[in-house]
Amino acid sequence: MAKEKLNLLESTCVPLPVENVDTDQIIPARFLSSTSREGFGDNLFRDWRFDHEGRPLEGFILNNKKYSGKILVAGKNFGCGSSREHAVWAVYDYGFRVVISSFFADIFRNNALNNGLLPLILPEHEVQNLMTLVTAAPETTVKINVMERKIEIPSSGKSFTFEINPYKQECLIYGLDDIDYLINMRGRISDFEKKRGGLR
Amino acid sequence: MNQKTLFDKIWDAHRVHSIDDGPDVLYIDRHYIHEVTSPQAFRGLEERGITVFRPSLTLATADHNTPTIDQHLPIKEELSRIQVDKLKENCSRHGIELFGLGHNNNGIVHVIGPELGYTRPGMTIVCGDSHTSTHGAFGTVAFGIGTSEVEMVLATQCILQTRPKTMRITVDGALGKAVTSKDIIMHIIALLSTGGATGYFVEYSGPAIMALSMESRMTICNMSIEMGARGGLIAPDETTFSYLKNTKYYSVNSEFENDLKKWKDLITDSGASFDKEITISAESVRPMISYGTNPGMAVAIESSIPETEGMNNHDEENYVKALSYMGFRPGMKLEGHPVDYVFLGSCTNGRIEDFRAFASVVKGRKKADNVTALLVPGSKLVEEQVKKEGLLRILHDAGFELRQPGCSSCLAMNEDKIPAGRYAVSTSNRNFEGRQGPGARTLLASPLTAAASAVTGRITDPRTL
Ligand code: SF4
Repeated sequence: MAKEKLNLLESTCVPLPVENVDTDQIIPARFLSSTSREGFGDNLFRDWRFDHEGRPLEGFILNNKKYSGKILVAGKNFGCGSSREHAVWAVYDYGFRVVISSFFADIFRNNALNNGLLPLILPEHEVQNLMTLVTAAPETTVKINVMERKIEIPSSGKSFTFEINPYKQECLIYGLDDIDYLINMRGRISDFEKKRGGLR
Repeated sequence: MNQKTLFDKIWDAHRVHSIDDGPDVLYIDRHYIHEVTSPQAFRGLEERGITVFRPSLTLATADHNTPTIDQHLPIKEELSRIQVDKLKENCSRHGIELFGLGHNNNGIVHVIGPELGYTRPGMTIVCGDSHTSTHGAFGTVAFGIGTSEVEMVLATQCILQTRPKTMRITVDGALGKAVTSKDIIMHIIALLSTGGATGYFVEYSGPAIMALSMESRMTICNMSIEMGARGGLIAPDETTFSYLKNTKYYSVNSEFENDLKKWKDLITDSGASFDKEITISAESVRPMISYGTNPGMAVAIESSIPETEGMNNHDEENYVKALSYMGFRPGMKLEGHPVDYVFLGSCTNGRIEDFRAFASVVKGRKKADNVTALLVPGSKLVEEQVKKEGLLRILHDAGFELRQPGCSSCLAMNEDKIPAGRYAVSTSNRNFEGRQGPGARTLLASPLTAAASAVTGRITDPRTL
């Protein structure tokens, strides 16, 4: 099914200088009892964002009105832990389209790309610089061009290229989806099964 | 030059196609599903108007949010009940075998797959659950996937995957007294950190690994994901084959002898090279316990919590934050610290061997009054076996109750939550903030350490009892 396309994006950022953010923090297990993909944004970072009576916790960045935007700048090893795609749905549903970090957990990265969320990897010190910059100046905007694999910070004049698998890059730009690709291969998959002598 | 690792052999045998500059199309032999990560995938199929491509290769169970008492009654929690009902409905509509709540084969997905004989050497196995790595203990390429990928497998029996790098971890020597495979893997994770194996598929080998039972091997492979690895595997050998021969579905199945011949080749060739190699000695492994909020934050039980010396400001801030969640300070000793809960269970340590280990320690002793114990078998078969072997008697005599199978306190989606601020020595695999309930403080350890702590009411080195 077509996903929302992602090619050009310019946005302010939300800094989250925490390392090893695991999927239990992104969306705690007790909020996984849904049979749809929507609505998880309300519980994104639930236990950091709200106290146990549901009141917003002042110290947490998402509750700070100064910071908003479609880009989350996060510490290294973002998304470690469980395979729950709900974590990606929560980040996306909240309104983020890009997460910048120096390092992502594998399953989270795959899940993100399958949902039109760009996990953008920059060198550790550049993530730190960006974190410091946007923390001090929340109005800072960052421009991302997926086609050119370019990220630019106009106010500091800095720009970098980032790596992305060409196949996944195309999927993001055109809003394509792995499942469509695979469904078109069903014939070849059946041939493969025959060649190896049926189902196991 | 054609020397291949075991991982490469299995991967290559399942590669349907390689996309230029892109991932591989990988054929999946066995797909396990459960109630929490599958409903959206089935809905996706419906929206596309397609059916499941190979229903006989998918097996379903309800485990993540199911209650562990009174399983014969309707599930009280509404959303959980809807998920379990939805699974039933989806499975019957698409012709998928379901071992649902109350079924004789029900249990945690990574416990039942192997014990029933569905997990077999040389297979590719996926499940919408990160601990799918467990099945690697049988010499399979098994890994966790997201719900979009569950949908891919349902739709085409394939997924798109980028080939990971390979790492070999060799464990030489022999384990000391009261040191278990849980301690080996916690030792390795503490060494490599939670992200230390990201991007790799790990093969475990060496005499200390090959000396382990299948249950213990599963514990090791299970926690591979906790250091970021895509999965972990162990070459199948006689231990594997004789385990399989006695499983429920293989023992009624005459293919076994034929399959056996194919499995003999499932080893890493002697000259094959890995992208990374690590060797540790089993003698250096002690009973381990975690003290922080990720599985890499663990030490030998007799040690103290590491000091902050040598850390930069940023790391120190993260470190102190984790410790303050746990109510600990740098330099503190863990042994002797009071414990409120003990959890024996999960796909890491909810197998029969784990119940035998736990029972061997509590036998002739009594549960400490300050401890609430949750003993949750990984499956119905484990539950039955606990009774059959007389372990239930021993547990009862020591003041413990047995619950019914499920994931339970491992992720606390059901009612089995550890209250805020309480300490739980847990045989599960994750000590993230809130993993066992909001504010819960998890101390990961082996079943022996859990048992020792359950009878003393304090963090206790099992070697001292
Ligand atoms: S026991 Fe825990 S880790 Fe294992 S499948 Fe269940 S929730 Fe996941």
